[in-house]
Amino acid sequence: MTATTSPVRAAAIPPARERARRHRGLLLLAPALVMLFVFFAYPVAAIVWRAFSEPQLGVENLREVFADPVTLRVLTRTLITAFGVATLTLLLAYPYAHLMTVVSPRWRAVLMALVLLPFWTSLMARNFAWIVLLQEGGPLSKLTGLLGLGDKALLGTAVGVAVGMVQVLLPYMVLPLYSAMSGIDRRLLSAAVSLGAPPRTVFGRIYLPLSMPGVVAGYTLVFVLALGFYITPRLLGSPQQSLIAQVIGTKVEKLLDFGGAGALSLVLLALTGLLLLAVSRVARPAAALGLGEED
Amino acid sequence: MTRTARDPGGAAVRLTALTKRYGSAPAAVDGIDLEIAAGEFMTLLGPSGSGKTTTLSMIAGFTRATSGSIEVDGYDVAGLPPYKRDLGVVFQHYALFPHMTAAQNIAFPLRQRKVGKAEIAARVAEALELVQLGAMGDRLPRQLSGGQQQRVALARAVVFNPRVLLMDEPLGALDKKLREQLQGEIARMHRELGITFVFVTHDQEEALALSDRIAVFNEGRIDQVGSARDLYERPATLFVARFLGESNVLTGKVTDPATIEGPGFRVALPRGASSAGSGTASVVIRPERLTVLPLSTPVPAGHNTLEGTVSGLTYLGAYSTVTVELDCGLRFTVREPAGASGEVTPGTPVRVAWPVEQGVLVSS
Ligand SMILES: Nc1ncnc2c1ncn2[C@@H]1O[C@H](COP(=O)(O)OP(=O)(O)OP(=O)(O)O)[C@@H](O)[C@H]1O
Ligand SMILES: [Mg+2]
Repeated sequence: MTATTSPVRAAAIPPARERARRHRGLLLLAPALVMLFVFFAYPVAAIVWRAFSEPQLGVENLREVFADPVTLRVLTRTLITAFGVATLTLLLAYPYAHLMTVVSPRWRAVLMALVLLPFWTSLMARNFAWIVLLQEGGPLSKLTGLLGLGDKALLGTAVGVAVGMVQVLLPYMVLPLYSAMSGIDRRLLSAAVSLGAPPRTVFGRIYLPLSMPGVVAGYTLVFVLALGFYITPRLLGSPQQSLIAQVIGTKVEKLLDFGGAGALSLVLLALTGLLLLAVSRVARPAAALGLGEED
Repeated sequence: MTRTARDPGGAAVRLTALTKRYGSAPAAVDGIDLEIAAGEFMTLLGPSGSGKTTTLSMIAGFTRATSGSIEVDGYDVAGLPPYKRDLGVVFQHYALFPHMTAAQNIAFPLRQRKVGKAEIAARVAEALELVQLGAMGDRLPRQLSGGQQQRVALARAVVFNPRVLLMDEPLGALDKKLREQLQGEIARMHRELGITFVFVTHDQEEALALSDRIAVFNEGRIDQVGSARDLYERPATLFVARFLGESNVLTGKVTDPATIEGPGFRVALPRGASSAGSGTASVVIRPERLTVLPLSTPVPAGHNTLEGTVSGLTYLGAYSTVTVELDCGLRFTVREPAGASGEVTPGTPVRVAWPVEQGVLVSS
């Protein structure tokens, strides 16, 4: 606050004291800011730098990304997979989150624990479990066999990858949805009914619009996470079906092409940034994060 | 809003042996019978937890009755889901849709009824006018004050010409001044719309001010139904007497048909009261029916008297309140017109007197 603001306020809080208070606030943020800088901002900057400097200074690496049809195909595949996974996760999570808001507290705790279970088990353990389930001769292929669809192994296919990713990402969709839905005033639904709305209208005109902040938050989160998925597609997919994170990994580990990897990472980063920007334009950011209205 | 031939005014509502039980707890609504006439303003009055909301919610269809029947204009509505009952409902907490403007909120019930666009616009404007919010149609609920929100809720609940309007403590969340103002508007809406109003409140003044008749709820039952005057002057039970207005109560045994006797008192009963039966009963005397007399004054004919000592005197302008500790151990409150009791001061031994006919015998 400076001297130009209202004299009453300025008098109430002397500028010096005000400044001291703000500094103390910053002090509380400091550890997190240091962490973010050292472990996030610096590496990102380093990667971006490498994209433009290795093997020589220039935009050669970026040009290569957009010139190489294989890379473009991987990018497209990654986007399609992320869209598919986010959509499928939403379809599974919506009724589940809704159920969580209507059952008794005890059942709610059980459902919540089930959602959080993936957080408590190691990612590797879960992926290996999926390998067992999806592989040739595994339970799923036996099931398709019984259904007369032939012994289909999903391991190594895009569908297998999607199934694994959906399972891993489900909590990220359920939690924001649940948060938005549990904030919906049930009395609004009674009011709509009393005004002559049958159940499907109550859902379409009242419940769905009011749960939208949760949908936007969950969908964005899952989509962005899916864009950068590495372990699951690596273990459940096949090299012919690789996603962008795998290609980056290969460039770094096998080809030692840090510049190329940096350029691809930059593209991924830009895509994510654009998406978040678009979302924050259509939905207010606070609402999208499930923090409610901020008027 | 003007009524057309299409909407023939209010509907009569009849509740018969209506009961709602939650689990093994005592019934929340315990076999109530209530007839509400077409176009009547009926208030359900009672303390917290007496079953008013539950009753209203069964009429609206949100709560399924355990047994009994609900008829609207002679038709049993038990089988109808709430969205087909065509009743207006106003909730204590407004329940406006936060993502719709005031006008969109009011249009909602019309859209459910497939009313044409032009007519919706006209009727929404008319409804906004009815609640004096003409210029506020484009605002979102959060941009309106509590009173304005409740007006929108009222407009929304009547815009589709329901024949009955159910209101559950619609003014409960508002401050006193706003509440009085909206009471006036609700009374005006009742006159203008001519439909049946069923109004829930636990505020007796509100009930007295608005209602044609009041049903007094007590632990899931209706103790008495009547006009404000009936309830005040001829309460049927001690509960009703105590709930509405102040009362002085003498509880004792009805000895012979004409007197009631308790510890330290014996007073005459009004004529015709003996039909209430013998056994334990109470006599209720309203404070304004009592007079304080000096011991030297002779007892007027046809009066009951009890002796005691003045313990307090509050001057309130138009009247004063005298508190008298009776010799029998009870405390009576007397309300006297200004100037009537100039001489009494605390500590004075006095007599309180009332015409025998002004005492009301109620079952305990
Ligand atoms: N869903 C429910 N489950 C169990 N008991 C309930 C339920 N709803 C109401 N009750 C009980 O039924 C009784 C009547 O409740 P109700 O809400 O009808 O009272 P009320 O007269 O509207 O009171 P208030 O003036 O506080 O609103 C109460 O004892 C309440 O605890
Ligand atoms: Mg209630």
